[in-house]
Amino acid sequence: MEFFADLVLLTDSTFRIATPLVLTALAGLVCERGGVVDIGLEGKMLASAFAAAASAAVTGSPWAGMAAGIGASILLALLHGYVSISQRGNQIVSGMAINIAVAGLAPTLANFWFQKGGQTPLLGDEARFSTITFPFAESLADVPVIGALYSEILSGHNIITYMTIVIVPLVAWMLYKTRFGLRLRAVGENPEAVDTAGISVTLLRYQAMVIAGVLCGLAGTVLSTGLGAGFIRDMSAGKGYLALAAMIFGKWKPVPTLLACLLFGFVDALQGRLQGVALPLIGEIPVQFTIMLPYVLTVIILAGFVGKIQAPRASGIPYEKDH
Amino acid sequence: MAAGAKKLPFWADAILLPALNLLAAFLVSGIVIWALGEDPFLALSLLIDGAFGFEEAISYTFYYATNFIFTGLAVSIAFHAGHFNIGGEGQAMLGGLGLTLAVFLFSGLSPFLAVIMAIIGAALFGAAWAYVPAYLQAKRGSHIVITTIMFNFIASSLLAYLLVGPLQRPGGQMPESADFPEGASLMPLHEIFGMFGKTFEDGPMNVSLIIALLCAVGVWFLLWRTRFGYELRVVGQNPNAAAFAGVSVSKMTIIAMMISGALAGMMGLNELLGQQHRLLGGFTLGYGFVGIAVAFMGRNHPVGIILAALLFGALYQGGAELAFEMPTITRDLIIMIQGLVILFAGALEHLFRDPVTKIFTKIQTTKEGAA
Repeated sequence: MEFFADLVLLTDSTFRIATPLVLTALAGLVCERGGVVDIGLEGKMLASAFAAAASAAVTGSPWAGMAAGIGASILLALLHGYVSISQRGNQIVSGMAINIAVAGLAPTLANFWFQKGGQTPLLGDEARFSTITFPFAESLADVPVIGALYSEILSGHNIITYMTIVIVPLVAWMLYKTRFGLRLRAVGENPEAVDTAGISVTLLRYQAMVIAGVLCGLAGTVLSTGLGAGFIRDMSAGKGYLALAAMIFGKWKPVPTLLACLLFGFVDALQGRLQGVALPLIGEIPVQFTIMLPYVLTVIILAGFVGKIQAPRASGIPYEKDH
Repeated sequence: MAAGAKKLPFWADAILLPALNLLAAFLVSGIVIWALGEDPFLALSLLIDGAFGFEEAISYTFYYATNFIFTGLAVSIAFHAGHFNIGGEGQAMLGGLGLTLAVFLFSGLSPFLAVIMAIIGAALFGAAWAYVPAYLQAKRGSHIVITTIMFNFIASSLLAYLLVGPLQRPGGQMPESADFPEGASLMPLHEIFGMFGKTFEDGPMNVSLIIALLCAVGVWFLLWRTRFGYELRVVGQNPNAAAFAGVSVSKMTIIAMMISGALAGMMGLNELLGQQHRLLGGFTLGYGFVGIAVAFMGRNHPVGIILAALLFGALYQGGAELAFEMPTITRDLIIMIQGLVILFAGALEHLFRDPVTKIFTKIQTTKEGAA
């Protein structure tokens, strides 16, 4: 039964870890489906993690934190939009610039406001999105199998994780079943056609950026006020890039992207569990190697399992009306 | 491309536009500094004085600039082949590892041989670390930006493991190797100045600066004076045309990325062989990323890269002095300023280019009208 218990715990942490990844990957997906490559997801996540933690620390309310987190992320998304859409600048450079600028600005502001060496104060439970325990979770916990599934895996996450479960089908529905989604997909494949139909390419792409901003904002918020209890320097730790890899692995489609994120989340959860554990035959793996696992997996997946992939045809290319 | 088709005079493209971009980045930074309750003009004067005010400061400025010449050249050569090498950071780490292994392996034979082998080791390991993402891009179509970023993380973990494991200084607690043996180092330039009877304050600037400048000349020659360089640039500008002309795009991608990795790897010459004399965990300190800014600021030309590297060197050294004088301004703020410079110089190119081009066209037409 020990194996089963391990599996339950692993699944539980997989959901937790995957939450910010799923949200960020969906943000990247919406952008690229609309024709804008956004490597600045990392910076947006970090900025909103800081804004959320700072605001929650000052007001004592996680909801105020969420509002600030989403706000900061939308501002950066609009900046990236301005560079990529209006100024027709290099989108990868813009994304990198945003990542670097935020990595410097967030700890500077944290230091200025809270004087804690670039961190925000530790958030108390009332200022965080703490875990929600479902009814009867405690009393059902001892029931074999079902009890563990219900009380460990289904119950006991923060509200943003539950929101994410709703957001995935919502994004899929928006993308495939609404007029806006149809136009968005068209603008990522063939902006000339959209333009000819009298629909504004610019407006559509800015709308995509705002949606991405909201999603990244949620991801940052969950990092600092749900999974963690405050902002720490570099706390996004490459998740923005992992999310992009998951999106490519998921071939720019919501459900496969979700599955890719769950896989990344699982590997990350596994590496957490492997630390300090002696494995049969191999023995104990040094912690530095277990930390590498998600990154190595990303490389292998991108190299071996994705196959010939086709990104949205116009993604990364600025649209110029006058030619 | 309506406005961009008109050519700007060389000086406007090479000096005026970068200066305007820099000014804009400084303006935004100044607003942030002002918002933090400090005087931005005082900050700027402290920064300039801290970078060029005295001989030791100048030595430090050129010392940092050396790192940026290496990483800037690395980014630019990949860029000319049409690729984004964001892996300079990891390639520099591996370069440092190759350098360290060579030093310990060969210094028993002769310190001079050890230095030569260290230079080769740095370039070789850096190139090898770039080879994998390049190969995967060329043969499997994996996105090189993402793979090189992943390789940065992997390199950082690998180095962390080696420096608390097999390579750690015996009996040491810090993530660092044992000191390099006596003589296995690159000479500081003030000693060389001394040999010629010129006194210069002690500082970290060392022979690596000369090696970096030679690399810049080498990159210029390779790109603009050889058939190989021509083919490389064609691959970057129009891979279809290159393939049609019989140039192997995947081969070019791999070779360009390996040269890029070798250049990034050689950054360790300056940091480790020139100054620290041991391998340190995280010695790259983001210099690989700054290479992106340096390359774009310098218009991907070696001369421009040297000038931009000097600018960033001054920003680093002056920033360190500034952080010392103004407690609210930390190293983090300097990182933010770098990000802004990358944004304005690299991504917001059209912000000033289009209006400036318009002004120049207007002047041109009035002149023609008068004549």
